[in-house]
Amino acid sequence: MDRKNLPQTSQTGWSLLFAAWIVVTTATLGSLFFSEVMGVPICVLCWYQRIAMYPLVLILALGLFPYDPRVVRYASALVVAGWLTALFQVLLVIGIIPESVQPCVQGIPCSDTHISIFGFLNIPALSLLTFTLVGILLFYSHKKESP
Amino acid sequence: MNRKTIFISVAGILLLAFGMATMIFQNHQATLHSGVAGQNQAVVQRQGAPVKGPADARVTIVEFFDPACGTCRDFYPYLKQFIDQYPGKVNVMLRYAPLHPGSDQVVKMLEAAHQQGKFWQALELLFLNQDRWIINHTSQPMRALNILNSLDIDQEKLVADMNSPEIARIIQKDLQDSQTLNVRATPEYFVNGRPMPSFGYQQLSQLVKEAVIEAY
Repeated sequence: MDRKNLPQTSQTGWSLLFAAWIVVTTATLGSLFFSEVMGVPICVLCWYQRIAMYPLVLILALGLFPYDPRVVRYASALVVAGWLTALFQVLLVIGIIPESVQPCVQGIPCSDTHISIFGFLNIPALSLLTFTLVGILLFYSHKKESP
Repeated sequence: MNRKTIFISVAGILLLAFGMATMIFQNHQATLHSGVAGQNQAVVQRQGAPVKGPADARVTIVEFFDPACGTCRDFYPYLKQFIDQYPGKVNVMLRYAPLHPGSDQVVKMLEAAHQQGKFWQALELLFLNQDRWIINHTSQPMRALNILNSLDIDQEKLVADMNSPEIARIIQKDLQDSQTLNVRATPEYFVNGRPMPSFGYQQLSQLVKEAVIEAY
């Protein structure tokens, strides 16, 4: 690809988009590792977040080749949906939202967490962090394109 | 490097990392399993749990089961087959893992029947009539109780025993051990403490065969 013909902003915008793709792909493979390899049970809320996360791997990749800044617009809907679900689950885990409102099947309560990294990062928190990071990266990528 | 090369390299690295992590994890699990085999008998078996087959058999298949579980029902004949196939060498111990909603009451019923020496009759009756007391994957304890009525059993004592603290303690112990052993689905089998590498009749059959060869 001939980079000289692309304006400088476009290079940064592309790189930020690429960074976002790396984050969602890592998160996708990570979540598959937890459930398929380690056998951690999956609750309903996790599925909702996966529904928002997994398509981003393909959608963002399509926006990278050829570079199409408008992909941010399409991806943002999924990021917002995933972010809100992750926030809901984090609040559930902390206990701010009471147990009775949780929409979970018996046996796998969504307020249960199975893995914790560094003692405080459980999977829902990791998900919220990921969606936040992707949101920020997409936001700045978008800003670079439309100053 | 152009963008496509970078993209493909990163994608490759991520997939490779996933593959390697999977391999490392599975190797780690395999060594873990061979290590715990035989050592966790205190968690796998419970004194007084219902046992079918010769008491002095050196190979014990422990099954964590839910009476509402269809696969547990389907595997039940195989267990009897193992006992017959290796006469005097294999017995089966059943432990409770009530994962279906409502099953907690039904396993109490079974344990109460066990105290009257009628566990296996009660279990076979419940398995045979599963579609009559499980509605939409939910156990209906009252329907199950009605089915057990046809057994020659002291019904009043059964109902009284169901709510006894003694039985609650037994169920609690089974639940606790099933959590320790990471039982997340039923049926789960442990043949002399060793779990199946993956779920299936062939795997179970192989595990029993190996255990018999090892013990005799």
